[in-house]
Amino acid sequence: MSQEPVKSAKNPVVDFFGLIITKAMGALDVIFGPLQNLIGIKGMAYFFVLPNLLIFSIFVLFPVALNFYYAFTGGTNIFLSDRPFVGGENFAQLFDCENFTDPNTCNQDIFWRAVFNTAKFVVLQVGFMVFFALITALALNRNIVAKGFFRSVFFYPVLLSPVVVALIWKWILQRNGLLNAFLVALGGDKIPFLLEPNWAFFWIIFISVWAHMGFYTLILLAGLQAIPKNLYEAGNIDGTNAFQAFRHITLPLLMPTMLVVMVLSLIRAVQTFDEVFAFTGGGPGTATLLMVQYIYQTGFATQIQRFGLAASASVLLGSVLLVFTLLQLYLGRRSDAV
Amino acid sequence: MKVKALLFSLVAGLLLASSALAQTEIRFMWYDDGPQSETLIPLIDVFNEANDDINVIVDVVPYATIRDNLQVLLESGEGPDLAKVTNLGGLSEYYLDLTPHVDAEYFQTNFGPYLEWLDPNGTGAINGAHFELTVTGPYINRTYFEQAGVEVPGEGATWDDWAAASRKVAEAISGDGLEVWPMAMDRSGHRVAGPAISQGAAYFDADGNPAIADDGFKDMMQKMITWHEDGTMYPDVWVGVGGDTYASGADAFINGELAFLMSGSWQLGNFNNSIGDDFDWLAIPNPCGPGGCSGMPGGAAVVGFADTEHPEEVARLIDYLASEEVYREYTANVFSIPAHIGIANAGVDYNTDSENLNASLGGFVANVPELSPVAFALQGYGKNGAIFGATAERLGQALTGELSLDEAIDRMVADIEEEINQ
Repeated sequence: MSQEPVKSAKNPVVDFFGLIITKAMGALDVIFGPLQNLIGIKGMAYFFVLPNLLIFSIFVLFPVALNFYYAFTGGTNIFLSDRPFVGGENFAQLFDCENFTDPNTCNQDIFWRAVFNTAKFVVLQVGFMVFFALITALALNRNIVAKGFFRSVFFYPVLLSPVVVALIWKWILQRNGLLNAFLVALGGDKIPFLLEPNWAFFWIIFISVWAHMGFYTLILLAGLQAIPKNLYEAGNIDGTNAFQAFRHITLPLLMPTMLVVMVLSLIRAVQTFDEVFAFTGGGPGTATLLMVQYIYQTGFATQIQRFGLAASASVLLGSVLLVFTLLQLYLGRRSDAV
Repeated sequence: MKVKALLFSLVAGLLLASSALAQTEIRFMWYDDGPQSETLIPLIDVFNEANDDINVIVDVVPYATIRDNLQVLLESGEGPDLAKVTNLGGLSEYYLDLTPHVDAEYFQTNFGPYLEWLDPNGTGAINGAHFELTVTGPYINRTYFEQAGVEVPGEGATWDDWAAASRKVAEAISGDGLEVWPMAMDRSGHRVAGPAISQGAAYFDADGNPAIADDGFKDMMQKMITWHEDGTMYPDVWVGVGGDTYASGADAFINGELAFLMSGSWQLGNFNNSIGDDFDWLAIPNPCGPGGCSGMPGGAAVVGFADTEHPEEVARLIDYLASEEVYREYTANVFSIPAHIGIANAGVDYNTDSENLNASLGGFVANVPELSPVAFALQGYGKNGAIFGATAERLGQALTGELSLDEAIDRMVADIEEEINQ
């Protein structure tokens, strides 16, 4: 690992730090050299991954395994040693339905309402998200005035905390909020946006798209910028119009990136909790209750805390997320191969 | 000279450090639903000064933390040493029995009936001191009633009488950009329980098991649905959130958006501070029905937790807070109803000149004898959270049309049975 010191003829500060780094590397060589001789270069790769793997195991893998076991226990105690093993009883409770398409016929009707709400939310939110992110990326890819400013503006909501996003929009949309004040000023009536199920659902999709679109816009923008310009020039020569260029050049070449964006936003949408919880609390009724909120409510927010039932619901949710994650990995590898 | 000053500072620092080391730190989790901590903290400072072996740290947290998170903290062994709690029977398994550390006779004499709320299993333990007795009951915007020329319903008025009067007030006052709603009720099963009991709900069967599906309960649920449908009830409280989430109509009342609010005596300090001279307000007797004119008792107790490493010190603090002088001062400044029987009998000289506040305090105190035995039994039931939570969640669904009333009540019964059998 010994190296010649990095030198720059023009920058003594860089030279100084380069010297420090080289000396440090040389010192580490004393430890890593013999280790590499012992376990080989391949072994060194595993050695360097080990700390991260340990942290991941302690803070992610172990809790997941623990949660999986919780799903097969009952009672209200938090410590596993105090919880009786109940086998698949929790899962049986969740799946106890006369008609799966009608939550009212289910033992755990709130769970199924959350499932249907989440499915609806995911489909609509991801669809709109990808659509608007694409439109915005296409616009930002053009040579417009203040391009840099607009790119920042669209990304800014991504930086906001979900609770802040929820509270801002709650103030805008509540009965005496900004939007209703505007409507009244125009001579209209107030609309109880947060009290009508369809309106409330519309707005949770809207604010979710608004809050996260910037992130996916940037990914798509990067994808657009990776498309060779000469393809468009060649198309121009052949008399291709803008729509044809989009359909036959942009879309096919952007598709791998779009698929990755779709799967990433799917995974994110399934996990939505904080902004909806702060915005509507799952109401009105259960109109905006999503899966993660159901799990939180069942396990933590009621007087009689049903950890087992909440854990089993989270195992089911985790299974869905695992499918999406594997899909994302597959698409990512396919994209690399291309 | 410099050396002497340095040495002096060093010695002083060491002394301070050693006294800090010798001090027992106890953490007291507290919530405010008014200006209570403004009164509590100076009292704690006096305690800390008088007991230099103890340092009490008061952690003021949102009510939702106490309500939703404290139990998990206690279960995992990460809870505070003591706290102000409202889930009186539900947390009883975690309480510290103060009997060996306090004057048991004093506690039995002055907190007797309320000790049972903290000891639903009847072990005889002294689990804390009921620090704020509350009674649920309505407030009216008296200025609106006067401006509307609507007579305030008198003694024995029913819920329907009050709804009709409030509708008249709202209709008369609304206009020119001002939107006034007739009524609102805090979103909580505890809040709706008093009116339900007044309509004849029994809440328990002959064996003392929860049994809510009677005519009185259904009647009150139907009233809530009807009032939401016909615009009597301000919808933002009950319909604006989901699950069994607590929501209060207090802000709307303070903002002059309501003629009538069903809430409770804990709002007295908040209303006194927040409304000021904006309008006159008054706590009125609980409306009546076939089952009486009942609200729900409740309130908050200061309890220690068995997991504490400093039971003696925790007991000393609770003993101090429960002492007549301290309790009286606290009550007089936060405008709560005293659960301390000695103080209640002697009367409290509340620290206020506000006519609204004095009249309302009198109103709530007058509500206490009207409390139904069912209300006391419900408040003392260790798993009443299951009943209140199921009521709030399922009634919320019925109000949005997700469930019919019968479906909602069936679901409440099933939820309660499932939870209490966990």
